[in-house]
Amino acid sequence: MALKDITLGQYFPGATPIHRLDPRVKIIGTIAYIVALFLAKWLVSYALLLVVLAIEIALSRIGLKSILRGMKPILIIVLITGLLNLLYTPGQGAPLVTFWVFTIYREGVWAACSMVLRIAMLITCTFLLTYTTSPIQLTDALERLMNPLKAVKVPVHELSMMMSIALRFIPTLIEETDKIMSAQKARGADFDSGNLVQKAKALVPLLVPLFISAFRRADELAIAMECRCYHGGEGRTRMRQLKLTAMDGAALTLSAALCVAAGVLARLGL
Amino acid sequence: MEPIIETRRLSHIYSAGTPFEHGALVDVDFTAYRGEYLGIIGHTGSGKSTLIQHLNGLLKPTSGQVLLEGQDIWASKERTRQTRFQVGLVFQYPEYQLFEETVYKDIAFGPGNMGLDQKEIDRRVRQAAQFVGLKEEVLEKSPFELSGGQKRRVAIAGVIAMEPSVLILDEPTAGLDPVGVESILGNIHDYHQAKNATILIVSHSMEEIARTVDRIVVVNDGRIPFSGTPREVFAHGDELEHMGLGVPAMTRVFHRLRAMGVDIDPSVYTIQQARDAVLAKLGRGMG
Repeated sequence: MALKDITLGQYFPGATPIHRLDPRVKIIGTIAYIVALFLAKWLVSYALLLVVLAIEIALSRIGLKSILRGMKPILIIVLITGLLNLLYTPGQGAPLVTFWVFTIYREGVWAACSMVLRIAMLITCTFLLTYTTSPIQLTDALERLMNPLKAVKVPVHELSMMMSIALRFIPTLIEETDKIMSAQKARGADFDSGNLVQKAKALVPLLVPLFISAFRRADELAIAMECRCYHGGEGRTRMRQLKLTAMDGAALTLSAALCVAAGVLARLGL
Repeated sequence: MEPIIETRRLSHIYSAGTPFEHGALVDVDFTAYRGEYLGIIGHTGSGKSTLIQHLNGLLKPTSGQVLLEGQDIWASKERTRQTRFQVGLVFQYPEYQLFEETVYKDIAFGPGNMGLDQKEIDRRVRQAAQFVGLKEEVLEKSPFELSGGQKRRVAIAGVIAMEPSVLILDEPTAGLDPVGVESILGNIHDYHQAKNATILIVSHSMEEIARTVDRIVVVNDGRIPFSGTPREVFAHGDELEHMGLGVPAMTRVFHRLRAMGVDIDPSVYTIQQARDAVLAKLGRGMG
């Protein structure tokens, strides 16, 4: 297992236009893109969305390799979805292939292709968000976007604080896991071979120290926060004020336009 | 002297193919001789931790070779596994790797993985505990009840119990009080003497290792700019300072004296040597 290769939700620092966008705009843009993706019905819509995605990737200067690597863990889910769509979509025309208990129709092929494409694009666009936005910016933006929910007593600040702490500690915990794994491997632990039971047992020397250190860290963090008089979100000001720029306005307009275009194209059946 | 571990043009690149790509080691030729007491010093991020993780096969070289007793440790899977037992590696803050219910079981984890029989494991656990100065009654306690210093000893014992012919320790005294430092260094020395093992001790503190080691290897920026006896290495005082590695206080005093025009040997690093050097100088001056 190479823990270092996990890039899910990892931030790639940069100074491209995409990086500089207001995180709130990026979140809204991502949601708009997903909506457009689900409106899409036929080739023209998909082509349009694919082009938009390609431009965004090019602008963000995130290597295609990194995106593909991030996709690896969910590859199986995507493939299974595709396969099920391929085999179980009923169609009107003559079946393309018939074998065993399955019949594949033209509609099935299209459903499978569009579903795989849709999931892949959905994941890529959310990756783009987390690759170009630091976790702190992200939770900041979420807190601001969810602010209206405070009126109905949703603990918005607490939720976003929890989220930023969780995000903040993912890399730390991964690093720690790596370290403990190395330490146990140095004592001859074997994490890779054996059957399922043996593999599960082999995890004990990894998980026990990991949990202990996670609790220790939580405790230390709580003390550190209290020492600095943390008392929740009431009256708290921010270090980084989010301000919308002309570029953000343009991005929002484009996102809205994309949604409208997808809607219109869907109406036309394209 | 016969080499026990060598690296040949060893290079390691982290996160190859991503924006985080960086070379941690560049064409490193490193040798440790049998029975040697070797110090490895380098600044944080110099590549010293990466280097030692190659020596027992935890990291695979991007290019180059690691040889243990003349044989490539990556020749076969079995060979790599055996290397882990022959080259014991104690990580920095090793107390965070403890996981068993009792100290005894934790120390027995390594020997158990080696597939030894119960009697041999028992002998090794008790002997390892003795080496690091743990009392018998501690063995039945939970490692999590112990103090930080005691935990560290348990973790070191866990590696010593595999009776490695090469023992590598990454900053074994980090965060300990002066008494703890002395005592752990003493334990390591005892192991070196008793088993005629090769010891590699990683540190960023010159002062601490200068007194105990036969030879020092300096790692900087993924390379080894120089190595040699402590005297030879400390003669490079200025370069060491430049790398952010402080030389021992005594060495600094003597370098300063030399800079002031006093004709004196600048490679001393202990108070004893300083005393001898000053006396020799004065004696000559008077005669």
